Formats: sequence, structure tokens, C-alpha cells
Amino acid sequence: MATHAAYMHGTKLSVGSVLWSWITTVDHKRIGQLYGVSAFFFFLVGGIEAVIMRLQLAQPDSTLVGAQRFNELFTMHGTTMVFLAIMPMSAAFFNYMIPLLIGARDVAFPRLNALSYWVFFSGALLLHLSFLAGTVPDAGWFGYANLTSAQFSPTHSIDFWMLGLQVLGISSLMAGFNFIVTIINMRAPGMTLMRMPLFVWMSFVVQFLVILAFPAITVALILLMFDRFFGTLFYAPAGGADPLLWQHLFWIFGHPEVYILILPAMGIVSEVLPTFSRKPLFGAPVVIYSGIMIGFLGFGVWSHHMFSVGMGPIADSAFSISTMLIAVPTGVKILNWIGTLWGGRIQFSSPLYFSLGFIAMFTLGGLSGVMHSSPPVDLQQTDSYFVVAHFHYVLFGGSIFGLFSGVYYWWPKIFGKLLDERLGKVHFWLMLIGFNVTFFPMHFLGLIGMPRRIYTYAPDLGWNFWNMVSTMGVFVIVLSFLVFIWNVIATTRSGAPAPADPWDGRTLEWTIPSPPPVYNFATEPVVHARDDFWVQKHGDGHGAPPRKGAPAAHVDTASIHMPPPSYWPILLAGALFVMFSGALVSIYQVVGGGLLTLYCMIRFMLEYHHQTDVGPPAGGPH
Amino acid sequence: MRKSLLSRIPAALLLLAVALLLSSCGWSMWDSPMTTVRPKSGFGRVTHEIFMLISWWTLGIGIAVEAGLLWVCFRYRERPGAPIPKQVHGHTVLEVSWTIVFALILLIFAIPTISAIFKTQEAPAATALRVDVGGRQWWWEFKYPDLKVVTANELHLPAGQTVALNLHAPDVIHSFWAPRLGGKRDVVPGRVNRITLAPDEPGEYPGQCAEYCGMSHANMRFRVIVHTKADFEKWVAAQQRPPVQPTDPLAQKGQDLFSQSACVGCHTIAGISGGVLGPNLTHFGSRKTMGANLMVNTPENLARWIENPGHMKPGVLMPDLGMRGEQSKALAAYLLSLK
Repeated sequence: MATHAAYMHGTKLSVGSVLWSWITTVDHKRIGQLYGVSAFFFFLVGGIEAVIMRLQLAQPDSTLVGAQRFNELFTMHGTTMVFLAIMPMSAAFFNYMIPLLIGARDVAFPRLNALSYWVFFSGALLLHLSFLAGTVPDAGWFGYANLTSAQFSPTHSIDFWMLGLQVLGISSLMAGFNFIVTIINMRAPGMTLMRMPLFVWMSFVVQFLVILAFPAITVALILLMFDRFFGTLFYAPAGGADPLLWQHLFWIFGHPEVYILILPAMGIVSEVLPTFSRKPLFGAPVVIYSGIMIGFLGFGVWSHHMFSVGMGPIADSAFSISTMLIAVPTGVKILNWIGTLWGGRIQFSSPLYFSLGFIAMFTLGGLSGVMHSSPPVDLQQTDSYFVVAHFHYVLFGGSIFGLFSGVYYWWPKIFGKLLDERLGKVHFWLMLIGFNVTFFPMHFLGLIGMPRRIYTYAPDLGWNFWNMVSTMGVFVIVLSFLVFIWNVIATTRSGAPAPADPWDGRTLEWTIPSPPPVYNFATEPVVHARDDFWVQKHGDGHGAPPRKGAPAAHVDTASIHMPPPSYWPILLAGALFVMFSGALVSIYQVVGGGLLTLYCMIRFMLEYHHQTDVGPPAGGPH
Repeated sequence: MRKSLLSRIPAALLLLAVALLLSSCGWSMWDSPMTTVRPKSGFGRVTHEIFMLISWWTLGIGIAVEAGLLWVCFRYRERPGAPIPKQVHGHTVLEVSWTIVFALILLIFAIPTISAIFKTQEAPAATALRVDVGGRQWWWEFKYPDLKVVTANELHLPAGQTVALNLHAPDVIHSFWAPRLGGKRDVVPGRVNRITLAPDEPGEYPGQCAEYCGMSHANMRFRVIVHTKADFEKWVAAQQRPPVQPTDPLAQKGQDLFSQSACVGCHTIAGISGGVLGPNLTHFGSRKTMGANLMVNTPENLARWIENPGHMKPGVLMPDLGMRGEQSKALAAYLLSLK
């Protein structure tokens, strides 16, 4: 408990205790940072994989990496970016920002939160152990049956992928439930649902998508596991089964997953634009409803990934219409964001640059998405580079620009230092240029017939020029990330300390010091409006004067009780790792790991019954 | 100095974008052998019309949104001393109307889309030429059940006639895609999918498997060769003839090698062998390309292939049978004599 007390009161600690304090932390802010650092690490890993792929494709008939390595690279690039970069980067913001945005001291279940992180870590580790084992997953991030069957993928490569994803799914589900409870139960008094900040709203929708979509892939993976380990025939045409079952299950998960990746970024943009145009979000209720609509419709469009499989004209038509419908709430959102800027006093800071980049690029990705919603057109575009261009405009031009906007926006709050604005803008322009040079030509490549997932191509097909351009663009992207990393290093060393409210913000996180104290809010905030902090500072814009809150009562912050650290989350995650990785080693390890998991679960549950000196956690401000 | 560098970046970006767009307008690019925008069949044209309709609309919307965004950013950029702007929370009429406008635009796309879906998936006429297409790791088999012709990796079709392709896969999922003739259709084990199309004019149209199917997915290519009606009939007649006995001594030696080695376990040559795992080689010499359209069918390429197939097509099922030097040359000579 010594480290906990020291952390609570900011005393100096030895290196070992600092490490221990991170391992055992249950503070949502530190877990958020763990997620952020891990996500950025894997973002770089996935990025390096992408660079190698682009080098291989720069010229026709290239022999740089060869077929097998290339297939491994695109499989791991996709899997890593989706599950280990964008999702955990969003999770970093969920963890760090949601309690601050809703005026809470922590999430609803702090130890479950730590467990989510460590289980995520286990899953990522399991997936990447495949590199050490020399059997890297090579069936694509979508892992279509029956290529993944034991017959056609006899090595352990698919096992690593399948088990890794199962573990990651457990982590996402736990986090999903935790944030739903947090958002429903722990909002500050007065913060009705419609007064909730947009980032929290979009995150809220995402958590429902997570808890409804992940079970689908869990089932799909369990069936695959049975096929591979026990010889069942769920996906085997030889056994009378239809391999398309996998595609249906995968995309029932996979399409909502796209919204799991993009909605947090939409939430960030909806926070950043009002702050820097000094206006409330235009039509906030509509933006909220459209987010919910996107979530709902997201579950009804999965088969648009399958227009070429021969579902018949009726199914094609139905999924075409439902897909087109999604363009409506999405388009509405874009116009609402422009409406927010309209008539504002726009301050061009680096977070705003990235948000503008998001709108500009996501619009292009959305429009090419509309093209794919028409099956006859899609039959020419699906599985071609046109689609690669499309979803990079959505996931890179959208999610990653949006997430970087959040990084620049909340960096001063999280680390207490302002990032350098000039470097931030250089980062932005390089990334925007590099991104477009890399991915725009892929539209052309797709239209002139280049299929995706090919490691080589003939020189006489007219694809050489655009492939070379695309590969050159990647290096501009790389340069932009080097600028970002340099910015982080330089400003961490000697950046200007951030005030509590550097951007003249509108939401609750800006009312507390940067970085926030362990307990977040010394006194529980009371909310009277959307953008309450702005109203306090500037009035409501209808003539009412700024409302000065009641003078803060003196609070003895030492008396604020926060949940104590626990090493059971990391132990339980470790036990899960032992159990899952056992499937690749021996049945004894599975059973042993299972028993260990059970033991750790019981200790995890009963932890507070063993600690006589600390009561149960306070459970946040009530 | 510092400031000017920053302000030049957007200008440079704009220039680059214009340059890219201009160069992309060069018509030659769209004439690439596998282009989707210069269709050569009815199926391709139906698809292309909708593509163009949606493209022009989305291009217009895209330009309007991007221009609007730029204009708003320019018009409402922060000016020193400007007051706090009016706190506008929304405008219901505006929001409802643009929602409706979006829905109406989508209706413009939906109607021709639905009609095209049904048109392109109609059952083919009874007079259509039937071809059974087998997608395999990593080559294509084309069987003409009514003509009793079997070939591999080169699909020969007559111009102007409707063709019904029945697609099936004995191993994993593939996808049949000859972009100039129409959209792709997956080849799913356990199912028979269909593409109906009518190629317009004679020519050679490359195609490729479009669904990731394992190690050599990139090398699973094919070629559609569209003939005039008369030429097609000539081709069929040639294919229906039994293979001629080679006269060249080297080729004769190759035939002996072929019939005495493991080749016969996988490959069919009418009158010699009956394997079905690999491509039917009965008229191999009449094919322009080899290795699933990987390279031109020359004696040198073929000999290299026989010596080390896995080197040319990673993961290929055909093993290295240890044929070297004279042996591989003889085999190549024999196979190329099978016109």
C-alpha cells in the first residue's frame, strides 16, 4: 500500500516501485496511458509492415519479400491496425477522458478496467508470439473459411490468430460493459444524457456495438477452433457445410467493427470543432441521433461485403438499400460539423487541423463507400485496390486523423505539457500529403483492375506508375510520424507547462488542473447545461452573464478515498494467457492454465475480503 | 522564413493534387488491359453506366463539401479582436431538409441499381454457350460440356454470343474476374455460382483470381480470348482433335519421359494419361501462356518451370520431379508439340 499512498500524494518513488505502481494500477488515467502507449507501439509495428508491403509493390515482379512473407504482412497489418492500434487508441481516450468528461472520479469497475488492459496485452502478445514461432498468420485479417481449415492451413499460424483474437475479444467485452455502466451510472449531477459531451455519446454507442458485435466473432472463432482442433466440419464443404457461414458471422461482427473504429474519432471531432470555432456543436441532438442510427444500421449491412459471393438478387438488393441508408446519418454528421464552423471564430490550432483533415478525408472515403453500396458497381470494385483506397480513407483519413486530433487536443490535459503547435502543423501537412499520395492512386489502380492481396503483378498491365507513386507517398507518412515523435520528445523535455484550460474549453475536464490529480475532481461538479464550463465562463450566448460557480469549499483531498491498487488483474490476465497459449502446446497447459484462471478469478472476486485495512472501493462520487 | 515555409505547404499540396488529377485524366491509363472503365460486354456496360452515374453525383457532392469546408475555414478564420460568435445550437428545418435531400439522392442511385441487379443475374437463355469454370489453387480449368473440350487458364469465347459460366471450386474460395468483361463472382466450394455475359468484340482480356486463396493467389491469372464466331469454331475443331504424335526426336523422347514419370498422375493428355489434379495438357502447345498466365509459353520458360515449378509459382502443388537439362528440354518440346 506504500506505493499507492505515495502515488496518491505525489511522493518520489524508486524505479521498482514506479514499475510496480504501473503494473498494479487501477486508476483509469494510468490505464488510459497504458492503452495509449501500447496502441502507438502497435501502430508503429503495423506501419512498418505497411512500408515493407509498399516496397514490395513498388515495382512489378519484385522479389523483395516473396509470396509467403507478403501474405503474412497484410494479415498482420490488418489485424494489428484494427485490433491493436485503432481500437486500443480509442480505448485510451475512453479510459482517460470519459470519467473526466462526465465528472467522475473513476470508471465503475476500476479493477475490471485494469483487467481489460492486461487481457488486451496478453492477446497482443499471443498474436505476436507467432513471429517467434515462425508461423505467422497468413490468411488475411478476415480469415475466410475454408482457407483457414486444417487442410489448407496446416501450421499453427491460424491458431495464433484465432486464439489471439479470442483473447482480445474478451478484453473488449469487459471494457464495453464497464463503460456502459460508467456512463449510465457515474455522470455528475445534472448531466442528463442530452447534456453529455459528444465524445462520451459516441463512445457510449461504441460500447453497445462492442458488446453486440464481438459475440458474433467469438462464436465464429469457436466454430473455427472446433474445426481445427477437434475435426468438426462447421465450415467444411466436404462435410456438407457452407464456407460462407464464416463470412456471415465474420461480417456481422466486422461491419459494426468499422463503426467501432470510426465513431470515437467522430466523437473527438465533435469536441474539437466547437472548442476551436467557439460555438456549440451545430444540431448536437441530430449528431447524437445519427450516431445511434449509424450504430443500429451498422448491424444490417454486413452482406455488402459479400455482393460477389452469389447471394441472389433479393439479398443483394436488400443489403444494397440498407447500406445506402447509412450514408444519410453519415452525411448529416458532416454537414453538422461544417455548420459548427459556420459563423464561428475559428482558431487554427493543431487539434483543429486534424479534425478538418478528418472531415475532408472521411468525406472522400464515405463517397467511395456509396459507390460500393451498388452491387453491380461493387462487383468491379470489391477486392480491388479501389476498396483498399476506400477503407484507408475511412480508417486512416477518418479514424487516425480523428484520433490524432484527440491526441493534440487532450495532450496538455494528460501530460501537463503543451505540444509544439508548429511541429504539430508540420506533422499534419506531411501526413495529409503523404496520405493522399499513398492512397488516392489506389482508386485508379482498382479501376484499372489491380486486385488486392497480391504480392506481385505483371509489368504490362499499366499499374507500375501508380504503384511507384503510392510507395513514395508512404515515406512522406513515415516522415510525418517522425515529426510527431520528435514533437513528443522535445516538448516532454522542455515544453511549456499546460494550464488547466489551454484552449478555452467547454467541457468538465478543463475545470481541473493539468495533469489531473488522482481523484480528478476535488468536489463533485454540478452540471446545468451542455458545455457547462463554457457557459460558466462566457454566459449562455442569449444575454445571460457568465455564471460564477459557488466558491469552492475547502476539501481535504487526503480524505478522498480511491480504490487501492491490485495485482490480481495482471495475474488473471497472465493465467488466461497460459490457458490460451496452452492450446498450441499441450492439453495439460490448457487444463493447468484453466485452473489457474479459475483460482485468479476467485481471488480477484474475493480480494476485498482479504484486505482488512482497506474497505471496498468508494465507487465514485455519489 | 519559418512562417513562409508553413504557408507554402498548402499551396504545394494543391499543386500536387492538380498535377495528379491532370495526369490521371490522360486517357491512356484507362485503357490498361484490365481496366474496368472500358467494358467490352453487356454486363460490363450495365455496371459501368451505374458507376458513372454514381461517380458524377458523388464527385459533385464531394467537390461541394470540400469547397464548402475550405470556404468556411477561410471566411470564419479567427480575426484579432473579433467578439465571441453567436452561440447557434442548430436549425431544425435545415437539418431535416438536408436529411431528406440525402435520402432523395440515394434514391437516384437505388433505382438503376436494383434494376441492374436483377438484369445481370437473370437465368441465361437455353442457347447460351455453357462453360464450367473450376477455380483451383492456383489455376483455372475451363470445360465446355457441350463441345467436349477441356482447357486451362485460357478461356476461349465467341464474340457476340451469350455465355453462361458455371463456377465451382474443389478446394478453397476463389473469384473469377475478367474486368473488361464484367464484375467478379466468387467461386465457392460446395456451390455453383454463375456469370452470364456476352463479349462484344474479339480480343484478349486478362483476368485474375480476386479472392485471396492462399500462397500464390497473386499468380492465379487467366486470359479470356474472344474470337470471331468462325475463328472460335476453328479453335473448337482443333481442340476436339486428338493430339498428334510428335515427329521430332526430342519431343518423342519427351513423350516417353512424360508417360513414364509421375506427370501422368496429375495431368491428362488424351490418349496418354488421365490425371485430374493438374491442368489438362492435351493441347498445351496451342496455349499462348503458361503457369496460369504467368509467362509466355516458350520452350525456355517451360523448361524452367519443369525444373523448379515452386520457384516460379510459390506453393504450387506440382513437385520438382528432378527433370534437368536434356530431360526438361525434351518434355518442353513434347508439350509444345501438342498444338
